[in-house]
Amino acid sequence: MAGSGHGSSGVAPTGWQAMLPHFLLIPVSVITLYPVLYVIKLALSGTSGATASAWPWPDHPSLDAFAKVALRTDAHGTWLFGRQLLNSLIVSGATTVLGIVLACTAAYAFARFEFPGRRAGLLGFLATQMFPGILTLIPLYVLIQKLGLLDSMLGLILVYSTTAIPFCTWTLKGYFDTLPKEIEESAIIDGATRLQIFVRIILPLSAPAIAVTALFSFMAAWNEFVLAYTFLSQEAAYTLPVQIRNYVGDKDVQWSLFAASSLIAAVPVMALFYAVEKHLVGGLTAGGVKG
Amino acid sequence: MARVLCKGIEKSYGDVRVVRSLDLEVADGEFLVLVGASGCGKSTTLRMVAGLEAITAGQLLIGDRVVNDVAPRDRDIAMVFQSYALYPHMTVRDNMAFGLTLRGVAKAEIEQRVGVASTMLGLNDLLDRKPAALSGGQRQRVAMGRAVVRQPSVFLFDEPLSNLDAKLRVQMRLEIAKLHKKLGTTILYVTHDQVEAMTLADRIAVMHEGVLQQCAPPQVIYSRPANTYVATFIGSPAMNLFAVQRQGTRLVGSGLAMDLDPGEIELLCGDETELTVGIRPQDWRPAPSGSTPDATLQVDVQEPLGSETFVFGELLGANRDLLAGRDLITQQRADSLVILRLEAGFGGHQGPAIGLHIDRQRLHAFDAKGVRLNKNTSEPTLG
Ligand SMILES: Nc1ncnc2c1ncn2[C@@H]1O[C@H](COP(=O)(O)OP(=O)(O)O)[C@@H](O)[C@H]1O
Ligand SMILES: [Mg+2]
Repeated sequence: MAGSGHGSSGVAPTGWQAMLPHFLLIPVSVITLYPVLYVIKLALSGTSGATASAWPWPDHPSLDAFAKVALRTDAHGTWLFGRQLLNSLIVSGATTVLGIVLACTAAYAFARFEFPGRRAGLLGFLATQMFPGILTLIPLYVLIQKLGLLDSMLGLILVYSTTAIPFCTWTLKGYFDTLPKEIEESAIIDGATRLQIFVRIILPLSAPAIAVTALFSFMAAWNEFVLAYTFLSQEAAYTLPVQIRNYVGDKDVQWSLFAASSLIAAVPVMALFYAVEKHLVGGLTAGGVKG
Repeated sequence: MARVLCKGIEKSYGDVRVVRSLDLEVADGEFLVLVGASGCGKSTTLRMVAGLEAITAGQLLIGDRVVNDVAPRDRDIAMVFQSYALYPHMTVRDNMAFGLTLRGVAKAEIEQRVGVASTMLGLNDLLDRKPAALSGGQRQRVAMGRAVVRQPSVFLFDEPLSNLDAKLRVQMRLEIAKLHKKLGTTILYVTHDQVEAMTLADRIAVMHEGVLQQCAPPQVIYSRPANTYVATFIGSPAMNLFAVQRQGTRLVGSGLAMDLDPGEIELLCGDETELTVGIRPQDWRPAPSGSTPDATLQVDVQEPLGSETFVFGELLGANRDLLAGRDLITQQRADSLVILRLEAGFGGHQGPAIGLHIDRQRLHAFDAKGVRLNKNTSEPTLG
């Protein structure tokens, strides 16, 4: 082939050449998906426990584990699973809303205005993202305790926001920087105030970026375990990850409950992903300038 | 409607003076084209008029009001950007209506004004589309429509046609001319394209490195350029310059040797002896056989275009370094090839050299600094 004038581009490969990628991709897919399949196997193995075989399908499929996880109540008859699901939703939702609302305005200011402390602020936000969150665990614990916010959703929301806001701000600033300045300038000449520009031009144009940023922020809060595990001690205050971890106790290891609750917890995130998927493609600004 | 008056306007970024003490008036209802090479400060000037850029020094008046510190929305101007800058998430209708909505104009009136503008610009079938679904020319029209519906007292255009292909550019140029004729609104129009400048302008302002070189009607800019920069910037192909000396009634140098009448030479160069003459490509004629030519061209290339023929070459005996040594500001390299624009059948010249005569009436003379000397140049034939 080399040196000949005929490239193979545009011509579909045939025969074994077409098969070759598949021989490579199939094993890779198996390796990637096997752990997921194994979790499903565990979850479907019922409460009696799974056999130790490597085959990722249970011998006697049953939904007992799901039922047990979803219907769990405490001594007073409180529906614990519902309570914990609600905790997770409220904490993740509030963190996301707080993060996005504050980050949108902050990011716009960072992207468009010159003011004293602009650089320092941006770098400060970046610096907080560079340290592993666990470093701040003890100071945060002390703070939250002094504020009397242990075992409360508000405490967790505040703590999560300290990482969500810088992350969202940087992501959104990056996007705002790509929006053509002329669009805003023509709005200025059309008579719009800064606030009107922000609300009627910038936010609609940034919908895809905001959706994606919100998704990541929601996922981070939804999946967070270490901080939640540290600040929450009462079962009714748990978020789902803490509860999931609790199925794997020191004495009593309930792998099937662990697996079933993990799968249940994955559903809302997958649904959200599906909902914003079309935005991931982006491209809303097409056609505004040039062509 | 209103005039725009710049009084000693300056713009500096740090130590860099981008616009230098600009005095310029766009009269009420006038179409003024600000032209110059890329980076000379045209957009900066326009943006200062729009209020998008702060004015470093000087006074800007729109109408009779000093507007240095007036916000863009209160200047009663509309601007068309080079990149169109449409609102991508709004339909064509909403793009045009946006400014009016913000100003609280009544719904019915918005509808009516958008209707008039879209009819005028042929946008009626596109009103419900978003910008992404429009061609370049259509986006350009929407950008103009957005300015038109506002009924401002001044339109500002920043190279509105430079993103269009050649054919559309001609078409949109005509539409802009029609628009001005119809509305009669004051227009300040920025371009680097001299054809746009010549065809659209009531007056042209030529700018170079932040300094206004000349402001005059197109014919005057063409036939009586104020200096070597304007002379070589306007006109295509560009005027050629030659360093010459006056010896009595003769001009000699750079391969030229021409006798003038005493009156002619007086008008042309006063009592200056070292000068630069400029000759446009169409002001040469093949010398009739038997006569003494003013110059002889060593032909490099001929380009017959059917209606006319361009001839490129060097004058015999030319020393182009002489001109380069004069340090004039010009648009062209001073030592570039000499260009003639001759009639199509100028004699079927085959040989390596042509004897040439020069139209005395159309000689341009500049002093050592490149400032125009002669007062005699006849009215032009635009080319
Ligand atoms: N914000 C800025 N900071 C520094 N220099 C600038 C800025 N904007 C423009 N300039 C400079 O000012 C000069 C004129 O720019 P501009 O008015 O855009 O030129 P034109 O429109 O004639 O091509 C250029 O040399 C450009 O580099
Ligand atoms: Mg420009």
